[in-house]
Amino acid sequence: MTTVGGKKREKIDRLAELSAREDERGVSLWQDAFRRLRRNPAAVVGAVILAVFVLVAIVGPFLVPYSPTDTMGIREGVVRVGQGLIPGHSAEHWLGYDHQGRDVFSRMIVGARQTLLVGVVATMIGLAVGALIGGVAGAAAGLGGRWGRWVDGALMRFIDMLLALPSLLLAVSIAALLGPSLTTVMIAVGMVSVPVFARLLRGSMIAQSNSDYVLAATSLGVRKSKIALTHVLPNSLAPVIVQATLTLATAIIEAAALSFLGLGNPDSAIPEWGVMLADAQQWLGIRPALAIYPAVAIIITALGFTLLGEAMREALDPKLRK
Amino acid sequence: MTGEDVLVEVRDLKVHFPIKRGVLFDRTVGHVKAVDGVDLSIARGRTYGLVGESGCGKSTLGRALLQLTPPTAGAVSFDGVELTTLAPSKLRAMRRRMQMIFQDPMSSLDPRQNVESILTEGLQAHGIGGDRDGRRKIIAETLDQVGLPRWALSRYPHEFSGGQRQRIGIARALVLGPELIVADEPVSALDVSIQAQVVNLLDELQDNLGLTYLVIAHDLAVVRHISDTVGVMYLGALVEEAPSDRLYTEPLHPYTRALMSAVPVPDPDVEDRRERILIAGDLPSPADPPSGCRFHTRCPWAQPTRCADERPQLREIGGSRVACHWAEQIANGELRAHKVDVKITQPAGEGEEPSIVSAPTEPGSFV
Amino acid sequence: MALLDVEELSVTFARRGQRAVRAVDGVSFSVDAGEVVGLVGESGCGKSVTSLAIMGLLPRQPGLQVGGRAVFDGTDLLQLDDRSRRDIRGRDVAMIFQDPLSSLNPVVPIGLQVTEVLTRHRGMRGEKAAREAAQLLDRVGIPDPKRRLKEYPHQLSGGMRQRALIAMAVACQPRLLIADEPTTALDVTIQAQILELLKDLVRDSGTALVMITHDLGVVAGMCDTINVLYGGRVVETARRRPLFRQPRHPYTVGLLGSVPRLDAGRGERLNPIPGSVRDLLPWPDGCAFAPRCDRRVDACVGEPPELVLTHDGRSYRCVDPAPVAGLTPGEEVRAAAPGQAVPGSAPAQAVPGDPPAVPGLAAAPSEEETP
Repeated sequence: MTTVGGKKREKIDRLAELSAREDERGVSLWQDAFRRLRRNPAAVVGAVILAVFVLVAIVGPFLVPYSPTDTMGIREGVVRVGQGLIPGHSAEHWLGYDHQGRDVFSRMIVGARQTLLVGVVATMIGLAVGALIGGVAGAAAGLGGRWGRWVDGALMRFIDMLLALPSLLLAVSIAALLGPSLTTVMIAVGMVSVPVFARLLRGSMIAQSNSDYVLAATSLGVRKSKIALTHVLPNSLAPVIVQATLTLATAIIEAAALSFLGLGNPDSAIPEWGVMLADAQQWLGIRPALAIYPAVAIIITALGFTLLGEAMREALDPKLRK
Repeated sequence: MTGEDVLVEVRDLKVHFPIKRGVLFDRTVGHVKAVDGVDLSIARGRTYGLVGESGCGKSTLGRALLQLTPPTAGAVSFDGVELTTLAPSKLRAMRRRMQMIFQDPMSSLDPRQNVESILTEGLQAHGIGGDRDGRRKIIAETLDQVGLPRWALSRYPHEFSGGQRQRIGIARALVLGPELIVADEPVSALDVSIQAQVVNLLDELQDNLGLTYLVIAHDLAVVRHISDTVGVMYLGALVEEAPSDRLYTEPLHPYTRALMSAVPVPDPDVEDRRERILIAGDLPSPADPPSGCRFHTRCPWAQPTRCADERPQLREIGGSRVACHWAEQIANGELRAHKVDVKITQPAGEGEEPSIVSAPTEPGSFV
Repeated sequence: MALLDVEELSVTFARRGQRAVRAVDGVSFSVDAGEVVGLVGESGCGKSVTSLAIMGLLPRQPGLQVGGRAVFDGTDLLQLDDRSRRDIRGRDVAMIFQDPLSSLNPVVPIGLQVTEVLTRHRGMRGEKAAREAAQLLDRVGIPDPKRRLKEYPHQLSGGMRQRALIAMAVACQPRLLIADEPTTALDVTIQAQILELLKDLVRDSGTALVMITHDLGVVAGMCDTINVLYGGRVVETARRRPLFRQPRHPYTVGLLGSVPRLDAGRGERLNPIPGSVRDLLPWPDGCAFAPRCDRRVDACVGEPPELVLTHDGRSYRCVDPAPVAGLTPGEEVRAAAPGQAVPGSAPAQAVPGDPPAVPGLAAAPSEEETP
């Protein structure tokens, strides 16, 4: 009986210390969020799509069967645009030729790299400029007192001006200013997303500035600049990161739209999905598939970013944490 | 209070928050008088309890005392140093000696910091402990004092229970070796069985370290338990201040009486016997406090003369300080309570947080 | 037959990929007309989930399992379809929540929200409904009720909102009112007003009231019978005075020792319960409270403690209860399952189906089913 009792007591003590697993290190918020991200099927699907996309963008150009700029179809006389002859898929050319007799499959694969580049760089431009403006404004408004509010007011009026212009108009004017090129597209698309990032980070930082732990840090005697950098900013980043993921999707679509309008790289030799879509419009009557391939690719990629972004929003939401 | 070593002295402290309206240009349309003329002093090594209902300005008073919310007027002297006019860098250095414990231990801890980093931050800001090892030693001692295990250091706030989180909050304040601790509702977010642990811990720390407390709470039982002197606040001002035991045996201000009679006691015999003074209606808006005595609109003893037009000052009656014109007459039964007609108050412009009043409305600022 | 008989109520939440959580684990209690029954406990003890389960208000989600019975006047509320449940809800059974602001629709005037209830359950319309609504507001102590009817929830103070919510709850003269922490969000003076109002309602209309709270002080002044919950089970049931005078379950003892009392002196040491509410032992492994209990013995672990009925009509779930002066532990009756009760020594109250001389205990003997 005593041994049984002893065992029971052991069991109690073990259970009482359930919450005290000393061997384990703490789990930070990011680790926790990542853990929940992995459990979310939407996140997994999004991540797989993006992994394939990135992989293709990196290694694709080395694996393509044909050069994306080789106008072999015309050379071989298979493609005769004048007679409305653009052959579709075959064993050698999986997705057929385009109007200049180039292999569409190779162009799609190689185009992935350009598309990814446009999306990422454009988002980075938007994120960098927006976060800088929003971060300064947010820190100034949240912690800076009267002067801070003045700085914040000035910066936000500038952002309001950007926001007041229709995004496409803004992009078109930037593109017109710089002349059509891939860089132009990236800058234009990036600038359009600046106000979003700026307002988001600022709002989030102001909200965080009013929280008790900022007050606690102030009462500890920590400098305001340090509070802004070590407490307010890191805690405000979650929505911005989510937004960046979602912006990547729209950036790709917007870049495609600008290319479609003829503001992208005038040299269509280097394939990019948006440019391909733009080129294909002329041949919609003859071979609509030329438009469908890049369109579907853009949609799937955007979907991947959106799924991952939404899943991240969920994973980082403090209200849903357990 | 005279003769005792006074650590904190507050004189005629006022904190008014502007109420702003307007789309393009903010226009101040009035002030929320969160704290409107408070005098109090806290003796070294003692506990001053501040009670009152939400919106009475007790939290704002605590923050203004620590200069976390800039006071509109008045003086706060801490150990002889005037805080309201102190240069920012000097004030920051002073913060080492006066610390704060917050109500909600979750929101007052940065969720992205582990406990070690939470406790190190203050030490670094004040250059205490020298190197990493020195700081580690101080932190380890503090953990022992608040009853947290060593392994807590690598953990994050969300991994602890409410009571443990509050211990982390207390450790963060203690690690700097402060003299004054302002505890704003230190137990009200905790479960009943945990409240007692924290209350006992605060008591113990005071005994061992000679701390001075300003405990702000709405729970009279907690305040009574922990305080030497209790101040009762109503609508931005002190209405009564007395030694803890005296306040509870002989409340003089009508509001104190009502407050006391409203607190439920976990004892059926007491509950059945006691006489309740129900005060009618709600707290008037602090943006537009009643004239004269602020309590006269709800006071069962309000008189037609003086109460409505003359603001009573705190005056000494047998060891208590009371702000009531008729305190003696009420105490000896000369005046009888009467029924009060309820006047409804709109909760517009309420709130003691400046953020509620002047935070910019930010469409789309939240995801 | 009591007005409401809750028997072996259990609620389990199961999330995909996570351990199932048994929030309520075989809770039984009963409420008579005109009686105030308290469910007391700390966060996570299952008191709110119990009330939501009875009302059928638990969020529909996969993995939610509700077991047991909640018989209200002959009908099992848990078995009702949505339509008849909605009919009963508001008319016969009403609920008051902790946070009046989030329980009221912010964009609809108070008056409309009250008349809505009247129209839905009592078929009143137009002028008649408006008059009745004004009367209701007046009854719950809202001054100038005609004007208040047109106002929106944000224009009222917290206390007035709670009054408006109570007005909606009592609009159809329900026979059972469930109040889930009705005064927790309010200041003490307002709390006193609301409690007084609830007491009046019970006294005047004979409504049964289930009071869910963590505040022992509120319970002491209000309730006839009190159920103390811990870890999803009722650990002690007693009438008001005996419970406070002679708590038997160590958890009840601990709770009472933890609360600073207004009438106690400065600096009297409190006796807190060690550990936190998270340190639960799963019931099948023994007493959930055992890890925090200072009266813990070997018998606490291994299997859940049985419900013990005593002569004075109380019950507790503990193998080593706090002693009562003048009573040796052997005098108590261990009524595990009804058949196992020691013959001849079973107190009258332990017989199932006995008229509820001790309300709140009528369902007790059936409590010890498999968890």
